[in-house]
Amino acid sequence: MSTAGNTSSAADAVTRGGEAPVRLNVEQASYAYHTSGNSAPLFTLAATSFRARQREIVTILGPNASGKSTLLKLIAGSLEPLSGRVELEGFEISRLDARTRAQRIAMVHQESALLFPTRAGEYALQGRHPYGRLMRFETPEDIQITENALAQVGATHLRDRWMHEISGGEKQRVILARALAQQPILLLLDEPTLHLDIGAQVELLERLRQLASENRYTVVVVTHELSLAAEFADQVVLMHNGRCLRVGTPAEVYRQDLLEQVFDAPLDVEIGPEGRPRVHIRGARSGQYLRR
Amino acid sequence: MKPLTFTRVISICAALLAVLFVVVVAALKVGAVPISISDLALNLARTIFGRRIEMPSEYRMIVFDIRFPRIVLGMLVGGALSVAGTSFQALLRNPLADPYVLGVSSGGAVGAILSLIFLPRIPLVTPLGAFLGAIATISAVYFLGRRHGQLDSTTLLLAGIISASFLSALISFLVTTLATRDLRGIVFWLMGDLSTPVPDSLHWALLAALLLGIGSIYTTAADLNVITAGEREATHLGVDVTRVKLVVYVSASLLTGIAVSVSGAIGYVGLLVPHAMRMLFGSDYRILIPASAIGGAIAVVAADTLARTVMAPTELPVGAVTAMLGAPFFIYLLRRRLS
Repeated sequence: MSTAGNTSSAADAVTRGGEAPVRLNVEQASYAYHTSGNSAPLFTLAATSFRARQREIVTILGPNASGKSTLLKLIAGSLEPLSGRVELEGFEISRLDARTRAQRIAMVHQESALLFPTRAGEYALQGRHPYGRLMRFETPEDIQITENALAQVGATHLRDRWMHEISGGEKQRVILARALAQQPILLLLDEPTLHLDIGAQVELLERLRQLASENRYTVVVVTHELSLAAEFADQVVLMHNGRCLRVGTPAEVYRQDLLEQVFDAPLDVEIGPEGRPRVHIRGARSGQYLRR
Repeated sequence: MKPLTFTRVISICAALLAVLFVVVVAALKVGAVPISISDLALNLARTIFGRRIEMPSEYRMIVFDIRFPRIVLGMLVGGALSVAGTSFQALLRNPLADPYVLGVSSGGAVGAILSLIFLPRIPLVTPLGAFLGAIATISAVYFLGRRHGQLDSTTLLLAGIISASFLSALISFLVTTLATRDLRGIVFWLMGDLSTPVPDSLHWALLAALLLGIGSIYTTAADLNVITAGEREATHLGVDVTRVKLVVYVSASLLTGIAVSVSGAIGYVGLLVPHAMRMLFGSDYRILIPASAIGGAIAVVAADTLARTVMAPTELPVGAVTAMLGAPFFIYLLRRRLS
């Protein structure tokens, strides 16, 4: 798939998004971490709002400790907002029981260590866990769905390989296949490109673009990669110090002064031929950005 | 892709039960009284199916009233310890976890001894004391094994080993105050021993507790599979991690408590058996738990038979045999992990 094809489908998604009903609704959601009951909060996420529809890719963008992960946890339902609401198709996410939530929301984490050797196929099959009851063994349907998920991410050939023997990019695809096997409507990804080389990063994001459009997912990606977010997001939620500074299309959010302030680095922003912004690092030889 | 099926679980269990049957027959056969294997197998099969035993009464007494109860005890203890070990390995995210290495067995022993000192006449109090001792120890080890709010593999093992040595010191102290009891008996029991028969009144209670423990853990088998692939991820796959952990910690402590209260601290069974089963049948907890239960029974009966025959007529404590095999295996696993 060419980059140009991607961008035009992205533009389609935005126009179609205007007609489709809102799927994910984050409304004035806030949160605070405390060490103990009555001490001052360690970290606060100020009220944040945005909405997403099917086939839309939302990027939560910001430097470390900006509140991106907290916002993602509120969306995943692992945290309950202190005030405001986080709703999926009208249901408050933190109130859904764990199984129901897992049938609607899939999360792709930075990979965590496996305790025992597992084959990629078995790993992906775990995505069917929310649909099983107690001791139920996987049905032929579960296996079919998992096979399809592996095929969709181009990982069919990895099925019988050990997870600890395949490359980082391949592993990321298997983890994504497990999420697809959950048959979610909302796909969440936490820094998915962190341990990938640039080729694998682009491949992953193109795949997300394709999945969002074919499977009608709503995709939320947490990242600090400015250029990747600019290229692939329909909507950007810019976070800084626990506050949401701006929500909008990449062209609306990527303002030079704003990005320089948030990322604390000398950046140039230009708008590319397809209306998507591009970010460059300005020659940082003056030494004015050295921290003292 | 060939995921685990119910048929496969049943066939593996059947095969393991057949091995267990052979080991039990061999264990009945070995000893001072010569009895033919075919006679034994036939009569053992007859007892299993509730028929009368046909054999001379003096042989029958030796084989079925002395050797057999000890074998049954070995099977229960082996099953309990192996399932406890498998469970601790998943929950503590540590393939080296074992009730003995983590000090849980010693904690159970302390609980059992305390109950013998303070409430000596009440029968079910010893297993209960052992259960409470076991659960207190695993809680302590769990909290001592954390660094920055996360379970740390090495810290956890150290916490377990230190707890075990502290509790052993406590046991020595308690044993010296137990002047009324036969000291050799106690020391023998602490090293892991199956020669003390369990009172008949306790048999059913212990069996029920054992089945309850293994059964409860088995209901979480599919969840444990997901948890071993990452706890955080498990939540997002619909697993109630807190509930699963609670069920499994309590049940595994119950199993350890039962085993310790009847046989003392038999070490490394919970380490050796689950790893052997993983190598043979894979890491899926839906097969691993029943396979470990039966495999543990096989291992302890075999080890106990060795223990009473290698130095015959002198008997070794079975715990000495399992430790001699288990400790080198522990080192092997540790080295492999480090490399």
